[in-house]
Amino acid sequence: MDLDLKYNYTEKKDTRSGFGDGFLEAGRKNPNVVGLCADLIGSLKMGAFQKEFPERFFQTGISEANMIGLSAGLTIGDKIPFAGTFANFATGRVYDQIRQSVAYSNKNVKICASHAGLTLGEDGATHQILEDLGMMKMLPHMTVINPCDYNQTKAATLAIAEYEGPVYLRFGRPSWPIFTPADQKFEIGKAWKMIDGTDVTIFATGHLVWEAVVAEAILRKEGISAEVINIHTIKPLDEEAILDSVAKTGCAVSAEEHQINGGLGDSVAQTLIRHNPAPLEYVGVNDSFGESGTPTELLEKYGLNAANIVAAAKKALARK
Amino acid sequence: MEKQSVEQLQKVCTQLRRDVLRMVHAVQSGHPGAPLGCAEFFVALYFDQMTHNPDFQMDGKGEDLFFLSNGHLSAGWYSVLARSGYFPVEELVTFRKLNSRLQGHPATHEHLPGIRIASGSLGQGLSVALGVAQAKKLNNDDKLVYVLMGDGELQEGQVWEAAMYGAHYGVDNIIATVDYNGQQIDGPTEKVMDLKNLKAKWEAFGWEVIETKKGNDMQSVIEGLEKAKSLTGKGKPVLNLLYTEMGYGVDFMVGTHKWHGSPPNDEQLADALSQLPETLGDY
Ligand SMILES: Cc1ncc(C[n+]2csc(CCOP(=O)(O)OP(=O)(O)O)c2C)c(N)n1
Ligand SMILES: [Mg+2]
Repeated sequence: MDLDLKYNYTEKKDTRSGFGDGFLEAGRKNPNVVGLCADLIGSLKMGAFQKEFPERFFQTGISEANMIGLSAGLTIGDKIPFAGTFANFATGRVYDQIRQSVAYSNKNVKICASHAGLTLGEDGATHQILEDLGMMKMLPHMTVINPCDYNQTKAATLAIAEYEGPVYLRFGRPSWPIFTPADQKFEIGKAWKMIDGTDVTIFATGHLVWEAVVAEAILRKEGISAEVINIHTIKPLDEEAILDSVAKTGCAVSAEEHQINGGLGDSVAQTLIRHNPAPLEYVGVNDSFGESGTPTELLEKYGLNAANIVAAAKKALARK
Repeated sequence: MEKQSVEQLQKVCTQLRRDVLRMVHAVQSGHPGAPLGCAEFFVALYFDQMTHNPDFQMDGKGEDLFFLSNGHLSAGWYSVLARSGYFPVEELVTFRKLNSRLQGHPATHEHLPGIRIASGSLGQGLSVALGVAQAKKLNNDDKLVYVLMGDGELQEGQVWEAAMYGAHYGVDNIIATVDYNGQQIDGPTEKVMDLKNLKAKWEAFGWEVIETKKGNDMQSVIEGLEKAKSLTGKGKPVLNLLYTEMGYGVDFMVGTHKWHGSPPNDEQLADALSQLPETLGDY
């Protein structure tokens, strides 16, 4: 299909590399930045930092609970620990450790979670966490960030190094279009309106922001004007941006690589229901686990691609 | 703080025991057993061993730092903190009450001086303390990190993850103490889940282990901690197996898990306090 996309790309890269490069740069900027990883240094792209700052990097072995505790302790000596592992092992496996030693104690720990969602692909459901945003956003004090491409992930990594407080940073494995600018300023908690529109708003996060950009072009061809808002920060949620947009468009779609239960869509719904009840359609995983496959196949099978966003937008429009 | 004689330190212990009993009695909730057994340890640390500053700084740079992994000993910790000047002794009366800084289990969000991390969910404190010790090394801070764990707590897998880490990285600026009272909530540890040979276990994990056989004797506790200190800085983390008796100091509470988490009633309190004369003045 020939589409007139509002954002384009010349290169694809994994968001985890954006994290790895941002982490190295953060380490160069601030000697208090330290790293920890539970036997996934290569997968998390933390190797360059480890090589440059070996004394500030701690391989913890396969002991995620211990890694979270160590990180909390390191903050007490003013260090800024970035603790990395797969999103599944960075959340569900260590929820109580995060809850007590990081969130409740309000420690400046950065939980860095790769291989989130379905798009890690062939490893299958044991590794494809689809509940992490929900778990993390429920924790008081926790900031939850899910950037959309390499550039935004790098910018987010640099931003959280300068922010004081617990953060959950979610990124992924697949090679993905780089469609946001390299020099972007990342403002935690500030949604980014990427495309103006009048008929329907698409609130997207993570990899699905790209699918939303594609969906907008398809909808435009069909005479529907969609607004695309990149919600890179799930918590604190930019309620003002959500309400301003829906005040104009009157209906919305949420799109995320996560369970519908407890994800971004639920946060958007809460906002709308309290201030401006309006039709909202969810694009997300509907109460199921994932499975093995390529990222593209999985997004299609579980209903998370541009075509699904287009269908959801039409449904929302029809309910206006 | 001026060095105090063993006799003076024992008086502080007696007062700490009174504080603990009165605190849990007042709210009819909390955990008297283990703090009664750890009174000598708490007092030896805060009144004799540690270089510390009651004008509390969260980062604790240039100070020895203590972490309580078995957070249910909060009443004992609060008492020793108050008695060593971290906050007014009168505040102990708020223990476990609404709007208090003295939460049921230690918490940081109320900014109680002396508390650097929350605990209560068992098994996390050794990891945290190792992180703190690691930060001290990065900061070229030659002071020590102390942590107390329960023996039942050692049934948590995370403790052994941390044990492995401490030895692997040669975190030799930490002294971890195990309250080896042989009791936990549901009964004696050997019945609930036998810890078997703890000394051999910690040694196998690569720790330097010392045993303080008389954990309710002030002189022995100090000697144990001195010995532990002498073993720091030699490439290995140090573990102090502190043999205590749960409920020590009150004849009807000693040596049983029954007082792990039960408060005394009025009569029992009167009986207990009659065995522990007021030494520093009740709060
Ligand atoms: C993770 C976790 N599981 C269970 C509990 C409930 N709990 C509180 S104290 C305790 C017993 C701990 O035994 P020990 O460490 O020997 O302490 P002691 O009874 O000697 O004070 C239990 C099971 C808890 N606080 N945390
Ligand atoms: Mg015990």
